Amino acid sequence: MTMATHDHLGRPLIAITGVGVVSSLGRGKKANWDKLTAGQSGIHRIERFLTDDLKTTVAGTVDFMELERHSAPALSYALAEAASDEATEQAGLDAGEFPGPLFLASPPVEIEWQHRFELDKAIDHQGDPGYATLIEASRKGDHKNLYELLQFGRTADLLSDRYGTSGLPISLSTACASGATAVQLGVEAIRRGETEAALCVGTDGSVTMEALIRFSLLSALTTQNEDPTKAAKPFSKDRDGFVMAEGAGSLVLESVAHAQARGAKILAILRGAGEKADHFHRTRSSPDGSPVIAAVSRAIEDAGINVDDSSYVNAHGTSTPENDRMEYNSLHSVFGDRIHEVPISSNKSMIGHTLTAAGAIEAVFSVLTLQHGVIPPTINYNTPDPDIPLDVVPHIAREAKVDHILSNSFGFGGQNACLVFSKP
Amino acid sequence: MSEAKNEVWITGIGILSAAGEGKDAHLAALSAAKPLGVDVDTFAPFVVHKLAEPEWATQISRRDMRQMEPWQQIGTYAAGLALEDAGVKDNEDLCGTMDMIVAAGGGERDEDVDTAIMAEARSTGGTDALLANKLSNDLRPTLFLAQLSNLLAGNISIVHKVTGSSRTFMGEEGAGISALQTAAARIASGQSQIALAGGGYNAERNDMLLFFSLGGFAQQDKAKPVGERTDDTDGLALGSIGAFLVLESADHAKARGAKAYAKLSPVSVGYGARDGTKETKRIADVVTKAGIADADLILSGASGVPSITAVENTVLAQSAPNTPRRSFGTLFGHGVETQFPLGVALAALAIKDAANIPPFETAESTASNGASSVLVTTVGHNRAEGAALVSALDANGSGATA
Repeated sequence: MTMATHDHLGRPLIAITGVGVVSSLGRGKKANWDKLTAGQSGIHRIERFLTDDLKTTVAGTVDFMELERHSAPALSYALAEAASDEATEQAGLDAGEFPGPLFLASPPVEIEWQHRFELDKAIDHQGDPGYATLIEASRKGDHKNLYELLQFGRTADLLSDRYGTSGLPISLSTACASGATAVQLGVEAIRRGETEAALCVGTDGSVTMEALIRFSLLSALTTQNEDPTKAAKPFSKDRDGFVMAEGAGSLVLESVAHAQARGAKILAILRGAGEKADHFHRTRSSPDGSPVIAAVSRAIEDAGINVDDSSYVNAHGTSTPENDRMEYNSLHSVFGDRIHEVPISSNKSMIGHTLTAAGAIEAVFSVLTLQHGVIPPTINYNTPDPDIPLDVVPHIAREAKVDHILSNSFGFGGQNACLVFSKP
Repeated sequence: MSEAKNEVWITGIGILSAAGEGKDAHLAALSAAKPLGVDVDTFAPFVVHKLAEPEWATQISRRDMRQMEPWQQIGTYAAGLALEDAGVKDNEDLCGTMDMIVAAGGGERDEDVDTAIMAEARSTGGTDALLANKLSNDLRPTLFLAQLSNLLAGNISIVHKVTGSSRTFMGEEGAGISALQTAAARIASGQSQIALAGGGYNAERNDMLLFFSLGGFAQQDKAKPVGERTDDTDGLALGSIGAFLVLESADHAKARGAKAYAKLSPVSVGYGARDGTKETKRIADVVTKAGIADADLILSGASGVPSITAVENTVLAQSAPNTPRRSFGTLFGHGVETQFPLGVALAALAIKDAANIPPFETAESTASNGASSVLVTTVGHNRAEGAALVSALDANGSGATA
């Protein structure tokens, strides 16, 4: 079979030749795909910290990675490494010699409470509690390891060192669209002809008590704590917020020509990407949905396909009242009434919202959907929202002929990024 | 398949720093060649370059100001200056298609809440119950939005309506280098026609000074020119800086009759181990590739951290022994993510104005008058290296200059 090496605009066509994933469902593609297509939830009661006094007590934390000492950046790195080991191995690329740059979506980093308390104890308590005392402590002893841990670029540096990616590793954030943006940056770099390949990763291991409280104070999280596996219910009438979660997704992108030349198996084609920012509000979308409509439309146009070609939508579907309604309205505007017949599901019903990692994890799941011809379900869809009349693939995975997938990612700060994946 | 290269022009500059705001203040600062806003007392023993506060309301409404912490205010203000300077501010159609790459760290903590928790932790221990109680009840609900890295870009979208695309790069100095590298590469290749790129940084915050102090990198006790920092207590003197550029393809700038300061060549980057030898060769490669041979002035973003600053200065002296060098951190402080955008902005200003830039310290002895090609470097205090050549437009481009 011969495949085109360039797209409808004469740009290099982009192949995905390796993917890897970790989520609360498990480590690796097999564990995740088996449970995802069985409709299993990875959401559970939080055990990492006491939740007695918190409004939300459930999350999709990843508790099975072995860390010398737990911290958000240490877990974010471990997750990214596990996913990227799997992706680069599948792509058949030599360890330590990745032929292109790294684009890493990673959560912002800051000193954690465990570190503040330790610093406060590190010196005699003569000084008043506060930053002056912490600074005094910082000037005594060797804190280089803590310093390194807290650098925003650290996770990307460690990954770059491990895989031997080229150039200056890029760490990025577009909030909950970050994972999709990492993929988009890889696509753009290959299309520019700067590189033949890119390692695009999204990771998030940042479920700490303070992070949970921050989202809780913004009324973004569900408080349906009774049965953790039923807390995330995208597109349901009784949805009341998202479930914080952790995980990582990693993708090896390369030009089709490069993949063919080295005899790599092409898993899927990354055909298009679209983006549009929103200036309406820091956490809410424009009421008319125009930025999301523009992002979706641009992705489809960039892919060189028609709206009618899209056979499945991998939804952002966070399970917040506003997102799911806004996502439906915007898709309806782009697709017309055909949207009521296009399967659209949200894996966040099972793995929760992996925040910075979400777009990359969903990219991996999109590739698996194309490969297997199976659409993961939306679980917990027991009370459909009549205002969102969608075929959400309720409860049970569905076999289907899927040629093109639209994957949506939206984030605080007016971030909207969409990707289109296609069969090779 | 690489498309034909478009020239990348700098058509808007927005700077806010210890020197004040805008082009004239920063040209004057380069000519005066004196450190600005030096404060050795407020955060003693650390040295910072304090922001010269602008009339915030000229760029940001009071309502929006209340939603931001200072690092976002500084960046959003500077972004507004850049848009205004490029003649595109309030042009909603153009801003609605403009790309944006912001280099950002994280926002300010609520020191009062943190301090109250640390006080109580001394008697009751730093328990989860304490944290749950204090954080749930005392944190301002919207503070998180003033801390999230991508919310500087988000605020720029809200305040200035820049919405073509919005990406935030993180990772200290490297974020600023990558932001300009990517924005320029997208324009050069035709993926983008016009982009806003830069960052905002607030140096006057204890949580940030704590971070640099943990690494032993913060300048202590007294201000010194960057090149003279050789003691154990020397390092980077943080500076509050907002620096944004409007980058534009030559064709796009000409079509709308925009003035241009200079053109930006591809940004050259380096990354890797610093073991005492590898970085020497790498920095030499980075500046060679960027075009140091063509420069008649070097604006170095050296942090002042002694060892790596010495390496950079040695490399620059060997690579271009007769080219005058100025470490602009001496004047404005070190702006971390904003350092590279600031350097490129200063270079463009200096070229456009044919500025006379006297030495900032005794080691910088060679006079510089009317540079037409400036190499800007930023060697990160701990990682990442970048350089780019900013040069005067040739005769073909001059028709569009102001």
